[in-house]
Amino acid sequence: MSCYDCSRADLLRRAVAQAGRGLPAIEPGMPLPAGTGLTRREFLSRSAGLALAVYGGGALTGEAFDHGIAQAATDQAAGQNVLVSIFFNGGIDGLSVLFPAGDPRYYALRPNLALPQSAGRPFGEDDRLRWHPAASGLATLHDEGKVNVIPAAGYANASQSHFTARHYYEVGATDATLRTGWLGRYLDVVGTPDNPLQGLTLDVALHPSLATAKMPVATLAAADQYLFAPPGLPPHPLEASILQEAANIGAAHATSSDPALATAGSIAYESHHLYYQLGNFKYGFNSPVPYPSSSDPFPHRLAGLAAMIAGGLPLRVVGLTVGHFDTHATQAASLQRDLQLASDSILAFQRDLEARGIADRVLIHVWSEFGRRAQENASAGTDHGSAGIGFLIGTRLKGQMIGSFPGVTGGLDSAGNLVPTSDFRAVQAAILEQWLGADGNRIMPEAQPFQRPQLLR
Amino acid sequence: MSTAGFVAQYRGPFGKQQAERLLWRAGFGAKAGEAEALTHKGLVHAVHSLTRPAPYALSGPEPVDEHGRPIAPFDAVGHDHLFWLDRMVRTNAPMIERMALVWHDWFATSNLGVGSQRLMLNQNEMFRANALGSFRDLLLNVTQDPAMLVWLNGNQNVKQHPNENYGREMMELFTLGANRGAYTETDVRENARALTGWQGSVVNRQPTAFTFNPARHDPGPETIFGKTGSYMWTDSCNLCLAHPLHPSFFVTKLWSYFVPTPPDAATVKGLSAQYLKDGYKVLGVVESILMHPDFYNGPRMVKSPVVLNAGLLRMRGEYITSSIWWSLGQMSGQQLFYPPDVGGWDETRWLDTATYRGRWFIAALVQGADTPTDTPDDPAQIVARSIAFWGNPTVSQTTQTLLAEFARAQIKRGARLGDVETAVRRLVASSPDLQTA
Repeated sequence: MSCYDCSRADLLRRAVAQAGRGLPAIEPGMPLPAGTGLTRREFLSRSAGLALAVYGGGALTGEAFDHGIAQAATDQAAGQNVLVSIFFNGGIDGLSVLFPAGDPRYYALRPNLALPQSAGRPFGEDDRLRWHPAASGLATLHDEGKVNVIPAAGYANASQSHFTARHYYEVGATDATLRTGWLGRYLDVVGTPDNPLQGLTLDVALHPSLATAKMPVATLAAADQYLFAPPGLPPHPLEASILQEAANIGAAHATSSDPALATAGSIAYESHHLYYQLGNFKYGFNSPVPYPSSSDPFPHRLAGLAAMIAGGLPLRVVGLTVGHFDTHATQAASLQRDLQLASDSILAFQRDLEARGIADRVLIHVWSEFGRRAQENASAGTDHGSAGIGFLIGTRLKGQMIGSFPGVTGGLDSAGNLVPTSDFRAVQAAILEQWLGADGNRIMPEAQPFQRPQLLR
Repeated sequence: MSTAGFVAQYRGPFGKQQAERLLWRAGFGAKAGEAEALTHKGLVHAVHSLTRPAPYALSGPEPVDEHGRPIAPFDAVGHDHLFWLDRMVRTNAPMIERMALVWHDWFATSNLGVGSQRLMLNQNEMFRANALGSFRDLLLNVTQDPAMLVWLNGNQNVKQHPNENYGREMMELFTLGANRGAYTETDVRENARALTGWQGSVVNRQPTAFTFNPARHDPGPETIFGKTGSYMWTDSCNLCLAHPLHPSFFVTKLWSYFVPTPPDAATVKGLSAQYLKDGYKVLGVVESILMHPDFYNGPRMVKSPVVLNAGLLRMRGEYITSSIWWSLGQMSGQQLFYPPDVGGWDETRWLDTATYRGRWFIAALVQGADTPTDTPDDPAQIVARSIAFWGNPTVSQTTQTLLAEFARAQIKRGARLGDVETAVRRLVASSPDLQTA
């Protein structure tokens, strides 16, 4: 057992104990299932009895909490593969992230934005290409064989609308009417009705990729930001009871035939559930490696995520967003800033996972809704294009490109946009099948015709 | 203006619940007695009392921060949000503010890309002035609006190299809609050329002169929707408005702000006809929507965070005395002047476990820390008093029963009566009943 296993076990025990401390507040005076000295089974049965005693008809509430806590505490959940989906928001300019330094045409298309021929580091798999200096974190991981680069991800007749293109990636189909995400449908197949953490968005609002039809999913700004004591008010003497009762009222409306009431009810219930699931993490965590210091929440969210995975919380798929990559004007500076933050944060996260000994369980999927036009515009920016760049990052990956780089000489369509060399649905289905062990064609019928890339070693 | 006969009108009873729904969807909720008073007007006059208000006026104390100082909407972070929230709370014409909120979402501009609260608030005043007027005026105003010119790079769209950003969203988000076959990628590029010529920028948070400079304009000719001409930015707006697929886009999108279920084909057709007959005026179409059977017979809608916030303050007769509301707006998923992107907020996804927390805080902070000293030891009375605390909104029997059980259990275990009452107040405000209308 490594020292990181020790700390993991310790975190896990404290998480259970914390949840156990939360439950008796439902009804002070009841026996305290503190976790210490009790086996998990005893703890669960006692807390279940307690919740049932309090709620009678609302048995669902108590049972569900116990089940969620049980999941959090099982090694089965703790051993599960996790997918981290990171959205590079706005359509990142792939032709800058990996730029064709050897191609005179690139310099003709990009008189102001082209990077110097010697900038950044060479890309080992294709000697036409070099990494943007701000992407050094990704370059490092690629050199270590932990990155599958997708140099030109896309699909036929690509949409150049942010919303349509992003929606296609989120739902895993070129279908503007679909309302569930490709990862949400995965959770609907494998998930449980009492574990909001199975689909976690670390953001201010739910990622549509994780939108389910029936299973609960959770959203929180960061691991250590899920407390309910109102700022600036003295603590209410009945605070814990109020929270519990809000969940109870929520559960009573969750089955309403009115969709809005049902949603408001479910969310109230799931929020309370999540509050208990988070256990100690809502009060903070410690990272074994440094993360970039930034006013942007992205690195802090990743740091908290590593702690949660290490702590054995029952996560399956996680969604995050980074950057403002819609660089219609003065692209050089904003791309440099946001790419550096994204790349450095991802490197830190990977190092964190490796230090905690859980890197083999985590796959990162970086995607963006499209690439940008090869020719720059007059605002020292670039307009919407077609094929874009993506990455898969993890220790078990092959470390090889998915599709080749089409090149700005010969690889542009009639509108001057990069042509795709891999289909985004093939990559998503391959992740479902090869990483999450699911039936890709069932979850993503549109992926059926596409041959899957081999992702793992 | 055409007022009747284009689409079906609601004929059912117009009681307290219908009036509450109208006040929440066409305003910011009901103060005590307001819904009951509205029922006496009947449907048509009730709607008109909102859509055709008396001259705009504000009542109540001016907004201040937690130190009692006047807010600084042009300069202080978040005070732009406070400025507008205050308008929502103190206005005598809530529908004007609701429509300004619709246009803020429709032409979603974020100060994240603009960098000037002054320009954002100028745009806000423009939305208010055009709240229920002509959509043509609105589109023309938006197209030359400095905040929008900065946000979608219209100020960098020059003839040598057009910047497509505004030209695309004008068609996709503002007038025609994506994936309807209304336009091609070539139309987007040609539209961008027609829109060239604007200049101006924000330097050190101060706007410079925003003007149309003919030297930056592409003389054309451009071909848009198959028609060729030497087009100006005004032509660009008019071509989109004259497009056969514009009216159906306009009425369907406007409808979505007021009714959660999509309109049927006959309704789209009727509202489109009304819109065209009215010469792109908004008022008649809005009134038809607010009187439509689907508005009253259909399911509930989740209130947006700022609508909830303003509504709870109105219900309590409270005013802006703290700057906390802007950060709670952010936490609950709606910081004014910072929509997530040019597509605006997703009205179907207000609620998740993160935004719920922001709503929880909003309810708690509007309620405040006061504890009554005369709470009776009767659960039913505690529930009734707690609902009255919020101005007597309709609360379902399901919720009321659970609240009474909760109060009974807390009294039994010896909790202080005042604490039980404040707990029930909090639970009323955070209940699914009050999160929806």
